[in-house]
Amino acid sequence: MKKYILPSIKLTAVFTVILCVLYPLFISFAAKLSKGEGSGEKVMLKGKIVGYKQIGQSFTKPQYFWGRPSAVGYNAAGSGGSNKGATNPDYLKEVSNRIDTLLKYHPGLQKKDIPVELVTASGSGLDPNISVAGAQTQAKRIATYRQIPLSKVMKLIEINTEKPLLGLFGPSKINVLALNIELEKFSK
Amino acid sequence: MQTELLGIIATFALTLIIAIPLGGYLAKVFAGKRVWTNFLAPLEHLIYKISGVNPNEQMDWKQHLKAMLTINSLWLIYSFFILMHQDKLPLNPDGNPGMSPHLALNTIISFVVNCNLQHYSGESGLTYSTQQFIVMFLQFVSAATGIAIAISFFKAFKEKTALKLGNFWQHFTLAITRILLPISIVIALVLAFNGVPASYDGKDQITTLQGDSISVSRGPAAAMVAIKHLGTNGGGWFGVNSSHPLENPSYFTNMVQAISQMMIPIAMVIAFGIFIGRKKLAWTIFGVMTIGFLLLLLPTLQSELSGNTKIAQLGIAQPTGAMEGKEVRFGPAATAYWSTITTVISTGSVNGMHDSTMPLTGLYQLLAMMINAFYGGCGVGLLNYFVYLIIAVFIAGLMVGRTPEFLGHKLEAREVKIAALVTLISPLLIMCGTALASYTFVQHGSAAWGTSPSAWLNNPSFHGFSEMLYEVTSANANNGSGFEGLGDNNMFWNVMTSVILLFGRFIPIIGPLAIAGLLAKKKYIPESAGTLKIDTKTFALMTFAIIVVLNALSYFPALALGPIAEYFTMIK
Repeated sequence: MKKYILPSIKLTAVFTVILCVLYPLFISFAAKLSKGEGSGEKVMLKGKIVGYKQIGQSFTKPQYFWGRPSAVGYNAAGSGGSNKGATNPDYLKEVSNRIDTLLKYHPGLQKKDIPVELVTASGSGLDPNISVAGAQTQAKRIATYRQIPLSKVMKLIEINTEKPLLGLFGPSKINVLALNIELEKFSK
Repeated sequence: MQTELLGIIATFALTLIIAIPLGGYLAKVFAGKRVWTNFLAPLEHLIYKISGVNPNEQMDWKQHLKAMLTINSLWLIYSFFILMHQDKLPLNPDGNPGMSPHLALNTIISFVVNCNLQHYSGESGLTYSTQQFIVMFLQFVSAATGIAIAISFFKAFKEKTALKLGNFWQHFTLAITRILLPISIVIALVLAFNGVPASYDGKDQITTLQGDSISVSRGPAAAMVAIKHLGTNGGGWFGVNSSHPLENPSYFTNMVQAISQMMIPIAMVIAFGIFIGRKKLAWTIFGVMTIGFLLLLLPTLQSELSGNTKIAQLGIAQPTGAMEGKEVRFGPAATAYWSTITTVISTGSVNGMHDSTMPLTGLYQLLAMMINAFYGGCGVGLLNYFVYLIIAVFIAGLMVGRTPEFLGHKLEAREVKIAALVTLISPLLIMCGTALASYTFVQHGSAAWGTSPSAWLNNPSFHGFSEMLYEVTSANANNGSGFEGLGDNNMFWNVMTSVILLFGRFIPIIGPLAIAGLLAKKKYIPESAGTLKIDTKTFALMTFAIIVVLNALSYFPALALGPIAEYFTMIK
């Protein structure tokens, strides 16, 4: 064994320098040229930082588009999903309550038209997106509370729809924070 | 919906397009042939010189194992103390605390064995220095360990008889300088320019649009996320791994990460064929692995895209599939695809919560980890497959009444005994571990050593059982994913999974290399008409049948109690 100890120690030391110092520093310096300078891309409204583009936020007031339920209340100090199993009775009760809340705020909405992501928690608890249908479902409520025409709200949703990658791969989606910022700009 | 399916087809196609040529490159690097990265040779010589290693010194299989175990033990020892005292080290902008001894033990074993079971959450459980100097370091070197041993294994079958299998230090060094590091740099840059943070800034305090005050965890994640996938490690920077919007910000980064975790395991199979000059054998192995992979992927897609029956009963339509624990930017199809690849190869990273996937999806995830040889982990996947191959050759030999041979070497009692032992250790660890956990939960469910700081089950009934079964299976397969509802940061789980992790890693490495070393020493018997051909379709089918039968016999009862019973509850 003794024969192997010294090479082990020395190799470990050499690779620690290469892999833990040089490599990450290089990536970190290169990333200074990226959009968020390697610290996450921020979004501004009227010269003030109001959030990170990728990180979802909690919207509870009726005049904003709502995001998905979150197991960590959208506090990005941590992250987490509900980790509830498909048949857990407590979980199903919770989903049922969320459905009732949605129905209360959206008169005339049919259960079968509720997009499933609005009543289920995301994996990270920080999901920044909802589906296009998820935004359209809420349009009427927004129009009523903001007193703007429904067609304008639908138009905003259309403009803010993010298409699949290259138009081919993955789902279409809405960034809730971006849409709400547009809404704020439009309303003032 | 269609774009979601197109997305995963493109991902798999791109994986193959990259992995197959990579296999050729790998074979050349380790055969010492001319490759374009030869300009790195002076750097490698410098590394050998500083470390006092002679790369031309040939080692037999025992010396390989000694070198491997020595350097792995060294990492275990010093890292353990650093994790416990990480709060006193620099680069800790968020002021995170040191680890408890049992958590440090579990964490360090888990990273040394390439498993990356994480009983902590990255945002609060580690500091930037331990993320980089311990976790990321081990992600590189544990993957390099797997590749290095696999190459020693290749060398056993390259020549007709071989006593020496190359130099472990050289294999290890080349695995990093020629494969893991250069590819990681590319992936890390792609990720960093697509939204994954890379700076050393700590938590940010912001006021949201609605006026809430929150913090946002960040850090130099891009470098680590690259090697976490490339090396099939799977341990995430953030607690929720690649479902975190900063760790995996878009569908594009999701494709990059899915491809990068699968390329080396596939490339290793191709490299094996080229290296020993038996390409047909490699394609046969690749064929069996791919069929096994697709047989797990397709039903997983079906299960996830159909959605949760219980939610449908509440009146909600699920046109795209089940969404609990999933992210909108990936959608159910990409999350189902990821859940299959991360469990067939031993990555264990997730882009959605496995605990909330449908019951049958859980079944396929468990099966994938139990089999653990459809591509499999970085380097070790092929070794696992090799054990099945030995058993198949042995049984086929008995069936046709011949002395079984493997690549021109007689397979005798000693080798078959080792193979049988390696095959049996997995069910032993998984079944005993789950049984012990179930017993402890029922009998000592409220004991402090079992529940502090986190209590166990997040779900009742069959799913609760699945949570325990999954954790033990994941530890044995060195996978690292989890049904994360299980509160596993307590003395019981930390210590038990530590033991399973060690056995689950080193026995399936030592066993196959020992068999290969023993076989290589034997006299070469030229192929004749009487030789059992192992690169035919018939033999491929035989191997596949062996894999299915062995695993079905071992695990069906446990699977019936967990995911299968839950499935019938769901559709009731």
